[in-house]
Parts: sequence; C-alpha cells; structure tokens
Amino acid sequence: MSTLEVVWFVIVGTLWAGFFFLEGFDFGIGMQFVFNARDQKDREALYQAIGPNWDANEVWLVSAGGTMFAAFPFWYASLFSGFYLMLFIVLLSLIYRGVAFEFREHMPTIQGTHVWENLIALTSFLVPFFLGMIFTAMVSGTPIDARGNLSAGFFDYVTPFTLVGGVAVSLMSYVHGLNYTRLRIDGQLRERALVQLKYLYPVLLAGEALFAVLLYFYTDFIQTKAIQILALLVILVVTTLIGWFLAIKKQQETVPFILSGFALMAVVVLLFVGLFPRVMVANNPLHSLTVITASSSAYTLKVMTIVVLLALPVTLVYQIWSFWVFRKRIVSHKVIE
Amino acid sequence: MVTLVGILDLARFQFAMTTIFHFFFVPMSIGLGVVVSVMETMYVIKKDDVYKKMAQFWGKIFLLSFAVGVVTGLIQEFQFGMNWSEYSRYVGDIFGSLLAIEALVAFFAESTFIGLWSFTWDRFKPGIHVLFIWITTIGSGISALWILAANAFMQNPVGYAIDNHLGRAQLVSFGALIKNQQLWVQFPHVVTGTLVTAGFLVAGMSAFKLLKLKKGDSQIIFFRKSINIALVIGIIGVAGALASGDRHAFELQSMQPMKYAAMEGVDKTIDSSKRKDKAQPWSLISVTNPKTHKVIAKVEIPYVLSILGNHSLTGGNTVGTSELEKEFQKKYGKTHSDIKDYYVPENTLFYAFRVMAVGAGGLLMLALVALWMNRKKTTLILTQRWFLWIMGIAIYVPFVINTAGWLVTELGRYPWVVYGLMPISDAVSPNVSVASLLISNIVYFLTFATIGGIMVWLARRVLQAGPYAEEEEQSSPSDPYSQLAKGGEA
Repeated sequence: MSTLEVVWFVIVGTLWAGFFFLEGFDFGIGMQFVFNARDQKDREALYQAIGPNWDANEVWLVSAGGTMFAAFPFWYASLFSGFYLMLFIVLLSLIYRGVAFEFREHMPTIQGTHVWENLIALTSFLVPFFLGMIFTAMVSGTPIDARGNLSAGFFDYVTPFTLVGGVAVSLMSYVHGLNYTRLRIDGQLRERALVQLKYLYPVLLAGEALFAVLLYFYTDFIQTKAIQILALLVILVVTTLIGWFLAIKKQQETVPFILSGFALMAVVVLLFVGLFPRVMVANNPLHSLTVITASSSAYTLKVMTIVVLLALPVTLVYQIWSFWVFRKRIVSHKVIE
Repeated sequence: MVTLVGILDLARFQFAMTTIFHFFFVPMSIGLGVVVSVMETMYVIKKDDVYKKMAQFWGKIFLLSFAVGVVTGLIQEFQFGMNWSEYSRYVGDIFGSLLAIEALVAFFAESTFIGLWSFTWDRFKPGIHVLFIWITTIGSGISALWILAANAFMQNPVGYAIDNHLGRAQLVSFGALIKNQQLWVQFPHVVTGTLVTAGFLVAGMSAFKLLKLKKGDSQIIFFRKSINIALVIGIIGVAGALASGDRHAFELQSMQPMKYAAMEGVDKTIDSSKRKDKAQPWSLISVTNPKTHKVIAKVEIPYVLSILGNHSLTGGNTVGTSELEKEFQKKYGKTHSDIKDYYVPENTLFYAFRVMAVGAGGLLMLALVALWMNRKKTTLILTQRWFLWIMGIAIYVPFVINTAGWLVTELGRYPWVVYGLMPISDAVSPNVSVASLLISNIVYFLTFATIGGIMVWLARRVLQAGPYAEEEEQSSPSDPYSQLAKGGEA
C-alpha cells in the first residue's frame, strides 16, 4: 500500500464529507419548501438562502465521483454499475432538482411554480436517502465476483440497516437545513424551524443509536476496529447532543449549524474508517476491493495530487468568499413576492 | 449472447441520446456566456444602460440553458461507471483523471461565479461584476478543454502504456494527453461552434421579436443592437469553425483515415498521380451500399479533394475504405479476432460532414447580409419581414450542425471505444441488466424531452415579456438584499 493510495482514499472521503456538509443543508432547505414554508414569501426566502450556492455545493458530489474514477477506477466501475438503479434515481432527482430552481421563477402561474417547488422538496429528500442507502449497502457487503462485478438482488440493497442509513442521512440533512434556516433567515420560518428542531433532535438521537446497533449486526466495523468506530460513534452522538443543547436551550445558531454539519461528516468518516483498506466490501472477503487493487497507477495518483494541491485551496478561498458575500440574514416576510 | 447484444445496443443508445441532448445545451450556454460577457463589458466601457439590460435579458436565457446543460452533464459524469464499467476499468487511469480535473478546475469556478453573477447585480461595481460572468465563461471553456482532452484520448490515444498484469491502459505522460494533436484540432472547432450556436440564437430570437414589435417601439433599438453584437460573434465563430474544421479534417488523414475516407465517400483509393488531371475529385453526392461498403452512385467535382486534403490544387492521395479494411484486418486481426469489420457508417458520415460545411457557409452569408441590412442608417431589416423569418429559423441550424459534428466524430471511431485499443463491445458493463438499461433509457428520454421542451417554452416566454418587463412588474431574481432595502423603506 503506497502513501498516495492512502492519501487518495482520504481525499475521496474528504470530498464526500464536504459534499454532505454543504449540500446537506441545501437538501434540508429544499425539504422545507414543503415541511416549513407556509406561503410564497417563505418559499422565496428559502430559495434566496441557497440560490447563489447550491450549484457549487453540488460540484462537491461531481468531484467526489470524478476523483473516485481518477484515483480508484475499479471502485468507480464496481460501485456505479453495481448500484445502478439507486444511482439512477439519485441522478434523476438531481436533474429535476437542478432545473426546478431555475424553472420555478419563470412559471406563468403560481400553480406551475408549486409543481417545481414540490419537486425540489421531494428530490431533496430522495438524494440523501438513496445516497445513504448506497453507502450503507456498500459497507455491509454485497455479492462481488472475482472481476469486481457486483450482481446483487433486491435484498442485498434493501435491509433494515440500509433503510435506517437512508432515513438517517435525510433526517440529518433536514436538521442541518433547519439549523441553516435559523442562521440565515429571519421571521416565521426561523421560529418554526426552532419548534421542529425541538422535536427532531431526540428523534435523531434515537436514530443514531439504532444506526450504531445495526452497524454491529450488518458490518464488521465494530468487531475489527472497535476503538476507532466506537470513538466516532461517540463523536456523532456528542455533537448531536451539544447541538441540541445549544440550539434549543441557548438558542444559538452558528455552533449548532456547524455541529449538524460535523455530524454528517462524522458518518462519512466513520464509513471510510470502517472500510479501510477496503473500498468495496464483498460477501466473499477475497473479492473485496481495496485501495491497492482498485487504485490507479502511481503516476496518475501523483499527477492528481499535484492538481488537487493547486486547485483545491483556490477553490476553497472563492467558495468561502462567496458564502461571506451572501452572509446577511434574509427576512422572509419582507422579500418581494 | 443475445442478452449481451441487448445491453450493448441499449448502452450505446443511451450514450448517444444523452450526449446529443447534453450537447444541445453545452454550446448554447458556453456561447451565450461569451455573448453576455461581451454585452456586460460594453456596458462597463460605454456606461450605456441598454447594454446592461442586454446582459441581464440574454443572461436569463443563458441561465435557463446553463441549468439544463449542468443537469444533463451529471449523467455524463456517472454513466461511464454505470453502463461502461469495463471501459472505466480499462482506461480509468487516464480518462478518469481528465474528468476529475474538469470538475476540480472548471466546475467549481463556473458554479460559484454564476451564483455570484446572477445574485449581485446591485451589490458590486459594474467593473467587478463583469468579472464574475467572465470567470464563469472562461470556466466553461476550460471545462470544454478537459472533457475534449478525454474525448481526444478516445479518438487518438497517446501518453499511455498497457499494463498486461492488470489488463489496462496506464498513464505514462500527462503532457502527451495535453499535447494530443487531436485535442488541438477538436477544441478550437468546438469553441468556435459554441459562438456560432449562441450568435445565431440571439440574432434569431431578436428577429422573431422584431416581427412582433410595432413601429416606434422602444425595444426595437434593443433587439437591433443585440443582432449586431450576436452576429459579429457568430461570424467570428463561423470563420473559426470553418478554418479549424478544415484543419481537423486534414489531420484525420493520418489519425483516423477510415473516418476521413467515409466522410469523403472514398471506397477505392484515389491516387492523384495516376489520374489525368493529377488531382483528386471531391464527391458532392455519394451513396454507399451499407452491406457491400461500395459506392454505388456519386456526383464528383474535380480538384476539390486535392484542395481540401492536400491544401493544393493537385496531388495527394486518399486511401479508400476497402483498402483500409484490409490494412486493419491485418493490423488488428490477431489481437481482436472478434471484430467483424472496421467499416464505419459511410453514408451518415458523408452527409453529416456536408451538413456541417453547407450549414456553416449558409450561416456566414446570412450573417453578412443581416449585418448589412441592420446598418444604423436604414430600417431595411424591419421592413423585410421574410428575412427576419429566415434569421429566426436559422436558430436551429447550428444545433443540427453540432449534432452532425458529433455523429461524424463518434460514429467515425467505430468499432473502437478507444481507437485501436478497445472495441466498443468490450467496454460495456456486464453486470447491468437489460431491464435496468431499458428503464433508464425510457425515463431519461422522457425527462430530457420534458425539460428541453419546458426550457424552450420558458425561453419564449422570457422573449415575449421583453427586456423591460421587470420595470413594470418590479420583480427581479437578482440580489435579495437590495430588495430588502427597498422593502424596508416601503
């Protein structure tokens, strides 16, 4: 195992974690088009809160997929062909979600606008749900042959563990989005978000506990890497607990938002730590793909490392600057219809 | 075996369908990015509000096409893994890295700055704001560069070595990928093609609008100026596309002779030295029997193929498809015994190539006449309604040309997915079911037809409303904070 193979495993994990932190909240905002907004002014405020940023947030997903292709082509090939239909639903959802943000404001009637806004809410749930299912199914073991081809049946994909995984990622995104609403929007939306958070934090904690239990039965994570995995589970629960306390009791906004993002990232880190050095878990351990067997050549990894070292810092600077430009609070009842 | 053929056909159909659809919107948004950037730059320089209105109005069309372009591009990023897993394994080392670089270097810049551009009209000085659209536009150009570097590798693989142990191609020279001769004929051709697409789109939409406007309407000046800017960009595009297209075809003689021979309808080798006029004739019309691969009818013009293929009035020779077939059988027969033949769909390539050439020539003339009719001194263009109709209909011509170009490029590399290295039939995912592919094909098709139709419908509505609609309605998708300020005062 070369250093660069490990580095690239970390980079791919980082991009996925960054994606869930960033697009996590705009999925959460998207779901609020149905579950929090009461009128058109609310929905306009929700759109304004993520309008300038959601597209760049999504590029983290494209980059995560692209770097998997570049650094671990055998992983990319097995995962994407093996989880065909789920990934198809994810892509389809992203297609409708992407055009919905643009189309909604051009619709001639308010009913037409609502169609797209309902689609935003639906797809904002479906994407994290199916990504959660794909990731949990990927780590719990699937029928992979010696060539790395995955041919699984319905019950390889759909288990209590993957369903909980899917719901958990969607719920965490929703909580993250509510925290973003608390941070960025003023007025009724912000107050209703607090009420919802009050009920959802305990549900989320229960879900995390259930996830931990199922993790024990459906993966070998706790058996093989007890200390790291338990530590990460504790981090996951503690960030949620602190977030709950600060958001509800102290009515803080910034720290709970960062913590709900960290919780999403903690799940990604947990899955990647548990996977390592594998990248795809096969039912037959001999067929599991690893960072060694799935990786690109040393030369390609070197080239890609240089590209990332040059590109990512610059990217981070302008993306953060963009968030700073749009830092002010949006007042929902004052946004023009 | 029967099911495998099914998978291959369905996966190829999906690639063709999604790529063609994606490539309706890619040149449209890259080109519109340039048009809008130029308009906003003119606003910064001339400080005339009409140019700001132009950038904002055509910017709406740009944003609509950009949205559809982005979401249809998502499929491109992932379908290699989904439908072409064997391909991904074989060349992921090279191809994957180019795709990843595209995302890391170009997509982040495009998506961040398009957000900044569309939401901050009232917050930044014009001189700063115009930079956002330029960065977006340049970002999309850079994205084209990397994805074409990936395609160029498929057309003309360079900078690799085969690892027999892993059974795949591996990168040995990144510089060779960037210097790939194919890339540097393809990239200028695609970029100039985007200028053609957007130029004639803006001019044509303006023409349709001028047909509707009554005499003395204040919008007339807006759309006449739009036509001028758009067509100047369009002419630069057509001229560049013709020049780079000529270069591209010329280089094909050595890189992909079968593609070149099919494009020119040459089945039997033409050797100019053995001909009386010492020159190669060019087929204006040619029909090839798709079974025997023999030309059964043609109309020839003397000298022209020497001019095109030898860049001189006489001389040169063109190896015919039948001779190339024998050559390829000898060259690849042992290693790729499963490949039946190396012929490409001759008639499609032949006519697609002519569609490009004739279309470009027609557009060039149309643009010159239109600019002349739209001179400041006269109102000629307003009275010649038939001409406005032609300009409007000409919107569709670049889209047809773009599609024809990709048909030539992609069908012309048959039977290879990576030229000379990997046959298409070896590239498909073996573990994906016919049902999965069938479902995804049908749903993608319906989805694309729907969102494409809605996009066109909404763009027409934007045009109907006109550039000054917002001043009456007072609603703008732009900066939320400036709206807050207004709302606060109210």
